[in-house]
Amino acid sequence: MSEAAANTAPIVKPKISRDDWIMRGAMILIALYLLICIAFPLYALLSKSFENAQGEFIGLKNYITYLTTPALSWSIGNSFKVTLMATVIVMFVAFIYAYALTRSCMPFKSLFKGIALVPILMPSLLPAIALVFFFGNQGIIKEWLFGAELYGPIGIVMGEVFYVFPHVMTIMLISMSLSDARLYEASEVLGASKIKTFFTVTLPSMRYGLVSAFFVAFTLIITDFGVPKVVGGQYNVLATDVYKQVVGRHDFQMGAVVSMALLIPAVFAFIADRIVQRKQVALLSARAVPFQPKPSKAFDRIMLAFCSLIGFIILSILAMAAFASVVKFWPYNLSLTTKHYNFKLMDGGGWDSYYNSIELATWTAIFGTAIVFFGAYLVEKSRGFQQGRTAMQALCMVPMAVPGLVLGLAYVFFFNSPDNPLNFLYHTMPILVICTITHFYTVAHLSAVTALKQMDPEFEAVSQSLKAPFYKTFWRVTVPVCTPAVLDISMYLFVNAMTTVSAVVFLYSSDTSLASVAVLNMDDAGDQSPAAAMGMMIVCTAAGVRLLHMILTRGIQSRTQAWRKR
Amino acid sequence: MASETAEPYLKIVGVTKKFGEFTALKDISLEVFEKEFVCFLGPSGCGKTTLLRAIAGLDIQTSGQVFQKGRDISDLPPSSRDFGIVFQSYALFPNLTVEKNVAYGLENQKVPQDRIKTRVAELLELVGLPDQGRKYPAQLSGGQQQRVALARALATEPGLLLLDEPLSALDAKVRARLRHEIKELQNQIGVTTIMVTHDQEEALTMADRIVVMNNGVIEQVGSPIDIYSHPASPFVADFIGTTNFIDAKLQTPTSAQIGNFEVSLSASPPDLSAGQDVTLCIRPEDVLTGSRVDGAPNQIELGIHHVEFLGSFHRLHTDPVSGDTSLMIDVSVARAREIDISVGSRIQVALPAEHMNVYPARG
Repeated sequence: MSEAAANTAPIVKPKISRDDWIMRGAMILIALYLLICIAFPLYALLSKSFENAQGEFIGLKNYITYLTTPALSWSIGNSFKVTLMATVIVMFVAFIYAYALTRSCMPFKSLFKGIALVPILMPSLLPAIALVFFFGNQGIIKEWLFGAELYGPIGIVMGEVFYVFPHVMTIMLISMSLSDARLYEASEVLGASKIKTFFTVTLPSMRYGLVSAFFVAFTLIITDFGVPKVVGGQYNVLATDVYKQVVGRHDFQMGAVVSMALLIPAVFAFIADRIVQRKQVALLSARAVPFQPKPSKAFDRIMLAFCSLIGFIILSILAMAAFASVVKFWPYNLSLTTKHYNFKLMDGGGWDSYYNSIELATWTAIFGTAIVFFGAYLVEKSRGFQQGRTAMQALCMVPMAVPGLVLGLAYVFFFNSPDNPLNFLYHTMPILVICTITHFYTVAHLSAVTALKQMDPEFEAVSQSLKAPFYKTFWRVTVPVCTPAVLDISMYLFVNAMTTVSAVVFLYSSDTSLASVAVLNMDDAGDQSPAAAMGMMIVCTAAGVRLLHMILTRGIQSRTQAWRKR
Repeated sequence: MASETAEPYLKIVGVTKKFGEFTALKDISLEVFEKEFVCFLGPSGCGKTTLLRAIAGLDIQTSGQVFQKGRDISDLPPSSRDFGIVFQSYALFPNLTVEKNVAYGLENQKVPQDRIKTRVAELLELVGLPDQGRKYPAQLSGGQQQRVALARALATEPGLLLLDEPLSALDAKVRARLRHEIKELQNQIGVTTIMVTHDQEEALTMADRIVVMNNGVIEQVGSPIDIYSHPASPFVADFIGTTNFIDAKLQTPTSAQIGNFEVSLSASPPDLSAGQDVTLCIRPEDVLTGSRVDGAPNQIELGIHHVEFLGSFHRLHTDPVSGDTSLMIDVSVARAREIDISVGSRIQVALPAEHMNVYPARG
């Protein structure tokens, strides 16, 4: 056939199979879910920021008021100042800590790894409360601040460093363990000194990890609400401003404007991080040989001392929170009591709010895992429908860029609108579940995608040739093979649903008060010991779930080791 | 093997596949007959796997048609086509036992349990793994996994078996053994088979017919012997086996000038005219040496520049014959005893006309 004939040949339009229809339908459903739960509310928030109290469009007027009122706009500068300061400190500490874990031969490495993760179990309010007991007006070691005031930037920076330490340390740990031992051997053979090797091999190989850690820390800190709420004092930051505008002054329009001010840096940090991570993939070499540290007495001792110090600080903050929850009357009567656990007498909903939190976390883990994993499967493994899949993939990334407070406020505007047919969800448990799933969607989605990418891409092709419907192979092969990842995702969702405050603080009702919110409200009312007690309940629950997760994972791994290759 | 006049089992007509701007397949037409074993052979990126995936419906062609047993399957999804497939990675389900893997397709056809059991046992017997059924794929060797994948693909008795580089993940010894076993099995059950490979040895030993592909087009289709001894293009001559490319000028349709020598040819393509630059191809083992040169036409005397010892034969690299092209000549170890092949000595060789193929000069 001639060239011309080939060009005019009719394009083959592939017939769409039943499987394809089902997969596309399911994908559209999940995309709709994400549209309703993230895109529409954000739009509602954005349009609210251009309206006055009567709901009339007034253009940029709210923004102008915001920027020209020093009492409002100075929190922008404050936020950046404390965020950058805390980010730099935590990067520095986490770097050495991770370096010790990967490059030294110090003992107790797995113990230190475990201790570093302790802050993940706490709502960020709790370490802040512990700080008050250490350095507050009646703190036991307040003179260590040399007369400086805890409430304000110092307290915020200390609390945030503690709060984001595990996240930053984990990123650095991963990026350090990716180093190729052959580069170190080459450097040694070429006669380079240890210090030169550090600057020519170690640092360059983890530059993407460092940049990524920076952006993650920056975003977590600037959007965190718990720490500045407790120890911020008169020092306003963006996150507390949103809360004050909405809960304190009922100025929803200004709340929306401040939210936008908070959203913009978070979005920028998110985009920058994505760009960097895309480059990191290209850096990985399949043939890299993992680095094995060699013992060196002096170095190992220094590293052990450093990690012991950091570990001690982390544990003492936890211990102080625990102590605060059982002390009779700080600082006058230091005898122990369990009366603070009698939440019935307190603001914040009592034990019910704890049970509500468990309920929220359970539903979030169950539904969240199901939606996220199936959604990730559809994006990764369906055939054709390229634009749909790309759009879906993009939609899955949005929640990561949206701070919890912003999401929560956006939900208020969207779901509380009388015109919204979904209005009935407002002030119910389901809306809390939806909000929490959405808030933590991206990280869960990314771990599901990572697990699915490790599966042979031809499984689907083979099962089609064997005339098996996709859902059968999904259920019989994909899910069993990915069980560890599924468990990871559900644990991640459960623990975060227990500890989160920011996303749900605008959405709970008197019937659906939550444990983390109770911590906030009791602390607000000056009942710091009961607040610490409720915080400890969250810590214990989260720790219990992690333990359960560990046992389950071990069990599954030993039962399936016959077919799981290492 | 079916005769060429029979209705083809698989008919590919004008298939073109584009990935954006890139054209992976250009207007491919091909017929495969029932019970035939056909290999798609070519370097990586030549489009052989793309063509296989188009036949399977996994990546449907941009234009063109595919007929199986006379039925137009051009636009059907894989699940509506009739084939079994084995991938390079085997894609065995890791969490299912060998038995369950093999039974997977049968279960979807609602075959009764006891029938499935006997069929699975039958298939495992067939591929030589009668007592490995309860093991998981990870507990088997690469070669055994390969056979399980084959059993799974054959379980539903498909009319067409597609093999996508099925042996390239295995080490050389296992590969050689399985080559033979797969061919044997295919003969025994008579399933029409298409195998994609980049390994010429695999294609030569296994295929009834080889389809040589390059840059998205078919270079040649023919039996292994045909393709080896009468390559349709310099590409085929070069890709399969080793060959000498000699620059020459065509004098008459049956003679050519190589440097200072004139050689006779058995025939040259009709589209070439006298005076045109051409490329002559002759395989190193077809060049005559020693006593076989006596009385043969097309004799040339050449200096030996370099000698490689390759086990069962020596490969001589000569001084240039024309321009800067030198000749490779394979001399068996036995023959090497009767002639002097030391570097720097001169040797009398003959280029038999019937082993010389003539092509238009290479660019």
